[in-house]
Amino acid sequence: MNFLIRKFYYGDIPDTNSGGEIKNESSQVPPSGGGGGWPLWEVFIRSKQGLDHKHVGSLHAADAQMAIENARDVYTRRMEGVSIWVVESKYITASNPEEAGELYEPAVDKVYRHPTFYQLPDEVNYM
Amino acid sequence: MNNPLINYLLHLADTTLILSHRNSEWCGHGPILEQDIALTNISLDLLGQARLFYQYAAQLINESKKAEGVKAPSPQGERVGDEVNEDTLAYLRTERQFKNLLLAEQPNSDWGQTILRQYLYSQFQQLLFQQLQHHNDEHIAAIATKSLKETNYHVRWSSEWVIRLGDGTAESKQRMLHAINELWCYTGEMFIAADYELHLNIDFNDINNRWTEKVNTVFAEAALILPSGGGGAVFMQTGGKTGTHTEHLGYILADLQYLQRAYPNSQW
Repeated sequence: MNFLIRKFYYGDIPDTNSGGEIKNESSQVPPSGGGGGWPLWEVFIRSKQGLDHKHVGSLHAADAQMAIENARDVYTRRMEGVSIWVVESKYITASNPEEAGELYEPAVDKVYRHPTFYQLPDEVNYM
Repeated sequence: MNNPLINYLLHLADTTLILSHRNSEWCGHGPILEQDIALTNISLDLLGQARLFYQYAAQLINESKKAEGVKAPSPQGERVGDEVNEDTLAYLRTERQFKNLLLAEQPNSDWGQTILRQYLYSQFQQLLFQQLQHHNDEHIAAIATKSLKETNYHVRWSSEWVIRLGDGTAESKQRMLHAINELWCYTGEMFIAADYELHLNIDFNDINNRWTEKVNTVFAEAALILPSGGGGAVFMQTGGKTGTHTEHLGYILADLQYLQRAYPNSQW
């Protein structure tokens, strides 16, 4: 039996599949829960110990400054981070999950790309 | 309780508690999820500040009762022989004993009015706490230092909203102007020292001047105008600091205190 499981990532959900967005052009009232028509932003937080910013989620905001503040209020309430990056979701280009085969599988049988075939001298510790 | 410091602590605690309660009424009703959380965070910040002031006030009240050997019920509402604590101060005092600013108890109408109320107060609180940081009572100074970081963010958040709505659409501007008309008459009280504030080394004139300057800057950026020529000609309501409130406080206290009044000492 074949099951087709299609997984969507942030930013690549087609309008027809996204819940909550009521398409009513004549309505002046933004759909509730849909972020008031504000664009979506992806949030990256660097924790105190962390060296890199990690993706933590997304939120709605009217502009970049508000996105930073919303991220502060939504994602750093429990001391999760010391630095925030935000980027509007539409500027993220995602790889297509359906192309996963040609993109990633060719690497599976190429173990020689890992630097694990060297004999390390005993003097080199902690590698 | 005639100790000016205790009365002042209750004034600070009551104002932050009541404003926190007003903001908490938005919880689950914010215009969008992110701003709902933002305002609820501010609400919790203010509640935390209220607790610190109540705890310190309770400590001073208990000490002074011990020193005076008071046995009769005190005006703070607790039963004979009981020590007061942060809960009895919040839950068992009556409307006339609350010393919060009138601004804090004004009911929520739209989002614009709510963020304007927050901005007008936070801008005042920021300047006040900058002074209290150096207060000779080191307990007050410590609370002010800790709270100032929160308040700085409240000023930033609320002032950006004032600018966003004031300089936004025709409708948002109209709503902001309406909110200014509604709230402006409650701002004067902040700078008029009550009896208990007279000898606490707080320079209200300085706070007033700098508050006016800051508010003018934000309003200018928001393209908003003050009522009747700079707002100076508006009759200012007073009384909150000494327990004479608008009709709205009674309803807040009924909400807030009902459980403890109906089921004394009940716990979660």
